[in-house]
Amino acid sequence: MSNRVAVVGVGQTKYAAKRQDVSIAGLLREAATRALDDAGMTWADIDAVVIGKAPDMFEGVMMPELYLADALGAVGKPMLRVHTAGSVGGSTGVMATHLVSSGAHKRVLVVCFEKQSESNATWALSIRLPFTGGSVTGAGGFFAPVIRAYMRRANAPDDIGIKVAVKDRLNALNNPYAHLKLPDISEEMVRESPMLWDPIRYLETCPSSDGACAIVLADEDSAKGTPNPPAWIHGTAVRSEPTMGAGRDVVNPHAGRDCAKDVYAQAGITDPRRDIDCAEIYVPFSWYEPMWMENLGFAAEGEGWKMVDDGSTSFTGDMPINPSGGVLSSNPIGASGMCRFAEAALQVRGMAGDHQVDGARTALGHAYGGGAQFFAMWIVGSEPR
Amino acid sequence: MRNFKRPVAIVASASFETPSEPSRNEVELLLPVIHDALGQVGLTQQDIGFTVSGSSDYLQGFPFAFVGALDAVGAWPPIRESHLEMDGAFALAEAVAVLQHGHVDTALVYAFARPSRGDLDRTLSIQLDPYSVAPLWPDARGLAGLQAQAMRDSGRFDSVPEVPPTHVADGCTAVVLAVGDRARELTKTPVWITGIDHRIEAPALGVRDLATSVSTRLAAESAGATDVDAAYLHVLYPHQELLLRDALGLNGQPVHSSAGPMMVGGLERIAAAAKAVAAGDARRAVAHATSGPCLQQNLVAVLDATAVLEGAAA
Amino acid sequence: MSADVVDEAVPPVTVIECPTRLDFSYTPGVAQSRFLRALERGEITGQRCPKCKKVYVPPRGACSMCGVATEEELVLSGKGTITTFCTTQIPSPGLVPPYVTAWIRLDGSDITSMFLIQECDPAEVRLGMRVEAVWVEEADRKADLGNISYFRPIDEPDAEYETYKDYV
Ligand SMILES: [Zn+2]
Repeated sequence: MSNRVAVVGVGQTKYAAKRQDVSIAGLLREAATRALDDAGMTWADIDAVVIGKAPDMFEGVMMPELYLADALGAVGKPMLRVHTAGSVGGSTGVMATHLVSSGAHKRVLVVCFEKQSESNATWALSIRLPFTGGSVTGAGGFFAPVIRAYMRRANAPDDIGIKVAVKDRLNALNNPYAHLKLPDISEEMVRESPMLWDPIRYLETCPSSDGACAIVLADEDSAKGTPNPPAWIHGTAVRSEPTMGAGRDVVNPHAGRDCAKDVYAQAGITDPRRDIDCAEIYVPFSWYEPMWMENLGFAAEGEGWKMVDDGSTSFTGDMPINPSGGVLSSNPIGASGMCRFAEAALQVRGMAGDHQVDGARTALGHAYGGGAQFFAMWIVGSEPR
Repeated sequence: MRNFKRPVAIVASASFETPSEPSRNEVELLLPVIHDALGQVGLTQQDIGFTVSGSSDYLQGFPFAFVGALDAVGAWPPIRESHLEMDGAFALAEAVAVLQHGHVDTALVYAFARPSRGDLDRTLSIQLDPYSVAPLWPDARGLAGLQAQAMRDSGRFDSVPEVPPTHVADGCTAVVLAVGDRARELTKTPVWITGIDHRIEAPALGVRDLATSVSTRLAAESAGATDVDAAYLHVLYPHQELLLRDALGLNGQPVHSSAGPMMVGGLERIAAAAKAVAAGDARRAVAHATSGPCLQQNLVAVLDATAVLEGAAA
Repeated sequence: MSADVVDEAVPPVTVIECPTRLDFSYTPGVAQSRFLRALERGEITGQRCPKCKKVYVPPRGACSMCGVATEEELVLSGKGTITTFCTTQIPSPGLVPPYVTAWIRLDGSDITSMFLIQECDPAEVRLGMRVEAVWVEEADRKADLGNISYFRPIDEPDAEYETYKDYV
C-alpha cells in the first residue's frame, strides 16, 4: 500500500555548547546544505520542508518555521513543524516519511534543531506553574528516581552507568560532529565526577548543545539518480501514552514496547538482536542504555545491564549501540532524535566514516521524550524491502 | 494534494469557543468536545488509528502544553500519536497523509488554545525574525494594519475595512476522519476531502506583495478548489477576506468567515464546512486556514458530498 | 562597499540581547481548584476514575488512561510509601544539598506524587519507607501545594517490595 522511501542525504552541524558563529537560520542551513549536497540535489528539487524542534521557549521564537521559510527554500512550498518533546527528532522523521510513502511528495527536506544558547533552556523548562509545589530540578531530577527503580528491579550492579558513559565517550572520539570529546575518559574519571542526582553522576549525563541535523527523503524514482547509496526505510512507528497515568510503568514503558513491536513487524525482524546490526538509541542518562535494551527486546527483562557488562553494546561487540557517541556526547535536544535516525541511515549506507560498524546492513533509530511516554523509531536497511 | 489512493472523509466534528474560559483547564475543555465528536459516530479512542493535535506553547505560557492535553484522550493502551506546533488544520493535513497507508482507517484531529491567558497581540510578535524584527515588538494588529494599507495603496480594492482589535477567544475543535467504506459505515453523510494542500511565503513583509495571497492561490490550485458553492475562510482581520476571495477565485458564493481561537480557528473552519456539506447546505465547499503574520502560510481543503473515484487521474 | 569585503580587524557581532517579557494568567481547572481548596483546609483529596476505579492525586479532572472525567472525590490520610527517590546534590532555590525528592504513593491512591523528604538523614531514605505529610502552620495555609512543606518518616515497618514495585 505504501510507496518505498529512502534517505538519500544526511547533513549535520558541528555540535557545540554555543554556536555563536551562526544565526538560527544559519545553523539550519549548515545542516540542510550538507544533506542536499549528499543527495546531489538543490533547494529547487525539494517538494516540501518539515522541521522539528522541542519547545519554542528554548530559543524564544514562536513557531520558528514562519521565520525560517525562505532560509530553508520553502517559499511557495508546503512547510510543517512537529513538536513531540524530546522524541521530536524521531517523530519528525516518521511524519516526513509519511509525506513520501503516501505519495503526497517525492522529495522532502527534514531539518531538526535546537539552539539553546539563544535563550535559557533551563529557565524554559523550569517555569513554575502556580499552586504546583516544585521540588524537581532539571530532567535529571525526574529521571534519577526511575533509574533507581530500574536498578532495584533488575538487581543491576552500580557501575553499569559508568561503563555506558565511558563507551559512548570513546565512540564520540570517532565522530567529527560530536560535541563532547574526552580523550582521557575512564571508569575512574566518571566515578569521581560529581554526583548530581544520585544515582546520576555528572559524566553520566548529556551535554546541552546547539546543533541541527537534516535528511533528504526520496521516493524510489528520485532515489535512483542520487550520487551516494540510499538507506531504505523498512518501517516507522510512533507510540504515546499519558504522563500521569495510574498504572503506567515509567521504567519499562508500554508505549516503547509496542512501538518496537510495530516497527520490527514492518521490517520483518523477528529477533532484534540477531536481525539488527547496530542501533542509535536515545540515551540522555547512561543508565537508559540497559533500560532501553530491555524495552526494545534486545534483552530479557532484568537482563539489559548484562549486555553492557559483557561489552555486547560496545563498538566491537555483537550489538553496537550508539557508535556515534549518542546523546551523551551531543545533545541538540530537538535534533537529538533526528541524529539517531540519521546516524542509523549513515551506518547502512556505509558512510559513517571512522565510526562505521563493519558490514552494517540493518539499523535501528530510536527517540523518546516527555516523561518516557513518547516514542518514535525507524528501521533502515541497505537494500529496499 | 488530491486524487488520494484512499479517499478520506470527515465523519464527525465538535467545537467549543468562548471569549475567555474562566475555570476549566485544557483537559477539562477538550474532554467533552472529543467525546462529542467520537460519540457522534459511536467510536472510542481505542477505535482510532492515528491521533494528531495542533497547539502552541506560547499561547499557554508554558512548555509542553500538548503533553498535558493528551490526558484528555485516554492514550491507553498506547496510541499512534503526533503533535504539530501549528493550527489544527495542518494536523488534519498530516492525518490525511497517514490515512493513505493501509494500516489505519480512522484518525482523530484536535486543536486547543487559551490565548485569553496572555496578551495575544504582543505574544505573536515573537513569530517574527528574532534578530531584526521581533526586538521592535510590532504587534499583530499593527502588522495587519500595514497589510490593509498596502491593499489601499494598490488601488485594486474599492474599499478596505479598518483593522479591528485582534480577536481573542479560547476553545477547541475535534474532527474524526475515516477512509472509504469505513467512513460510509460510520455515517450516512461522510464529507470527502477531495483535495488539501498548504503553502508558505517569505517572512520578511518587505519582500512580499501584501495586497495578494500567492500562497492561498497555489494551495487552492493544488487542492483543486474549483466549482465550489460555499467558502469557509479563516479570517483574522476583515480585509483578509478580500484577499482570500481573490486568491480562491470566488465570485458570489456564500462566504463564512471566522477567526476562532488562535491555533484552532483553521481546523474549526474545516469542521464548519464539513457540517454544511453533511447537512446539504453546500454540495462542494472550500475551507481555508491561515498561520503567521499577514496571511504568511495558508491551507486550502476541498470538501465534497461525493467521493472522487479511487485512482482517478490528476 | 561590496558585500564580500570582510574587514578582519573588526570583530563580528555574535550576540544581541533582546529581553522578552510575556505575562500569562494560569487556570488550574475545576478539579485542581477543588483540590487546592481542600489543601487550604488541610486535606489531601483524590478523585476516582468511574471506569478503572483508580484514584488520582492530585486530580486533573480526568483519568488519563481511560480518557473519562473523574468526579467521585475522597479524602486521603496523608500517609504514604516511598516507591523510588533521588538525592539531589546540586543547589536549588531554597534548598540546601543534599536533599531527597521521593515518589510517594499516598495510601488509597493509585499514582505517585513527588515530594521532598526531610527530618531524616538523606542516607537513611530507602525504597518502601513509610512517610507522612508535614503541613505549614494553619494560619499560613493558602490554596497551594506549598501547604505541604515536605514528608517525613513515620515509625512503621517498611512496605514489602511487592506492594509498591509497580508504582513507578
Ligand atoms: Zn480510568
